Amino acid sequence: MPAKNGGFDQFKGSSDYVTSEELRKAVNVSIALGRPLLIRGEPGTGKTMLAHSIAKGLGKKLIVWNIKSTTKAQEGLYVYDTVQRLNDSRFKDKDVSDIKQYIKLGKLGQAFSAPEQVVLLIDEVDKADIEFPNDLLNEIDEMSFYIPETNETISARNRPVTIITSNAEKELPDAFLRRCIFHFIEFPTPQLMEQIVEVHFPNLRNTLLKEAMKAFYALREIDDFRKKPSTSELVDWIRVLIASETPADSISKELPFTGALLKKEVDQDYFVNNYLIRKGDSYTLRKPLY
Amino acid sequence: MLIDFFYTLRKRKVPVTFTEWMTLMEALAKGQINDLDEFYFVARAILVKSEAYFDHYDVAFQGYFKGVETVEEITQQILDWLKDPIARRNLNLEQLAKYNNMTLEELIKQLEQRIKEQKEAHDGGGKWIGRGGTSPFGHSGYNSAGIRIGGPGGGGHAVKIAEERRFRNYRNDLTLDVRQIRLALKGLRQLTRVGVQDELDIDQTIDHTAKNVGEIELVWRRRRKNAVKLLLLMDIGGSMDPFIRTCSQLFTAAHSSTHFKDFRYYYFHNCIYGSVYKDMERMETVSTEYILSTLEPDYKTIIVGDANMAPWELLDRDGAIYYYQNNDIPGIEWLKRISQHFTHTIWLNPDDQPLYRSSTVAMIGKIFPMYRLTIDGLDKGVKKLVVKR
Repeated sequence: MPAKNGGFDQFKGSSDYVTSEELRKAVNVSIALGRPLLIRGEPGTGKTMLAHSIAKGLGKKLIVWNIKSTTKAQEGLYVYDTVQRLNDSRFKDKDVSDIKQYIKLGKLGQAFSAPEQVVLLIDEVDKADIEFPNDLLNEIDEMSFYIPETNETISARNRPVTIITSNAEKELPDAFLRRCIFHFIEFPTPQLMEQIVEVHFPNLRNTLLKEAMKAFYALREIDDFRKKPSTSELVDWIRVLIASETPADSISKELPFTGALLKKEVDQDYFVNNYLIRKGDSYTLRKPLY
Repeated sequence: MLIDFFYTLRKRKVPVTFTEWMTLMEALAKGQINDLDEFYFVARAILVKSEAYFDHYDVAFQGYFKGVETVEEITQQILDWLKDPIARRNLNLEQLAKYNNMTLEELIKQLEQRIKEQKEAHDGGGKWIGRGGTSPFGHSGYNSAGIRIGGPGGGGHAVKIAEERRFRNYRNDLTLDVRQIRLALKGLRQLTRVGVQDELDIDQTIDHTAKNVGEIELVWRRRRKNAVKLLLLMDIGGSMDPFIRTCSQLFTAAHSSTHFKDFRYYYFHNCIYGSVYKDMERMETVSTEYILSTLEPDYKTIIVGDANMAPWELLDRDGAIYYYQNNDIPGIEWLKRISQHFTHTIWLNPDDQPLYRSSTVAMIGKIFPMYRLTIDGLDKGVKKLVVKR
């Protein structure tokens, strides 16, 4: 395929999602080469949000395929509703010899047959059965599949911009990985994090942000948590702090609303027992975290 | 030769294949790379598929590109390589066959055409368009007066990033075979029908419909789900140190397998006595009695250990190697209780010495079926865990 002269779309980020330059580069390479982009990173670093941002930034429709442990590759292509057809055969109001009306396209099928290029998000691919990615190799390579029931081949009019997210480490089959462009979302540096928070809360008091950030990064230093707080938890927490009109100086003393930061019960218990002192109805920090 | 970078990566144990290398060539041909910084990120995105290898990549990158200043040198190298049939012969035939020759030729053609266009554009006094991402090979050495996009500073930046080796902590040489172990553990399944009736039972539907003189009657049934519950007991005593790698692979695989109904794990030192540990670091204990009384006998139990200890550690009261673990019941008694309580138990031994080497291994081998902690042994053990009694 000849290179289109600047014809491919350029992802430059969108107003509500902060990206690093290397991530933008990875997205653009994946678009230019027509290969899926595999995104991995800690939970809560914005893997899923990226697809939304790409769709918004490029002005394309987003099709989301959420993967669950029971998801089969076939479901993404099409489902043949035999039960409906069998049921309809009892009545004369529908032409049951027309199988086509009983074929329902899955998310992948919808993305292929869309009249315009779409962004396809295959979310949390590692949740499915271990063989799941292998079952999709051919479809992702060829961007087409065959429906034997109707003797039809669905092939992509425009290769969808495919974003695949995964949480797990080294779980995906090599053959699948070879076909992907890979990007690992690192945990944001404090500078980048400030930008991210600013996108969500443009009018945030500077003192509150500073205190919240310090507390947040200090919490992440504690290694004993099962699940360290990440970007999405920080954003939630700041939202709570704003809504409750918490004064900035109480953050360093009490660290209020840690429930928004520590999602696991064991982490919450551990923190309360080891870092807080109870005084009447309220808790205060034993010693400053930072 | 840029192809040497490929071999440098492979020498650094980055699992990069020729297919991916050709993808990188395609990205170059499509003008996705305009300076060494971009080369660093794009090549990494295409060639390296796990953050665990980012550090290997960084090491290879700084080794190879230190001293290389601009993209011109790289692109010239690629051109030379593509044109030079002798260099191409260095690839093994299998790799070449996998990637058909057409693509290679197309690539060369494309490169040449791009370069020609580029030259003309420049001759015509037009503006240099390399930065815009439309010209694949930028100022590929054909024009000595060409602007150095990125410049030496930019080129040095990528090497600097590589030198920082930010991904050192992600390096994880352990997880290589987790997938294999997970596949073996997949054999651990007993499907039982649970949940709501949402699966069509075709046979029964046909049966009922026929009996109903053709009036359709749909019969639904419950889906089959895995009912296996797994209990993992791991030895983390000193003699197990050489096998930590294999054991943590097994643990990672079991832990990340989503298909178990329940998964419990505990640690012990050398032999199981009156209590086991909930975690490796904090040494929080749980009494073995509690485990035996709370976990149903149908938990599939895997014990991992080298089973190699002094005879008194296994046989004597108060034989535990740690004085604080005073045990009035000898270890072997606890092991027998475990084997009597759970219907399916195996012992996996990571030690690659011949089995039944020492007397304690032999004694424990009489209580539990013992297998080597290899893919093969694991397969056999898993089969043992699912046989009907």
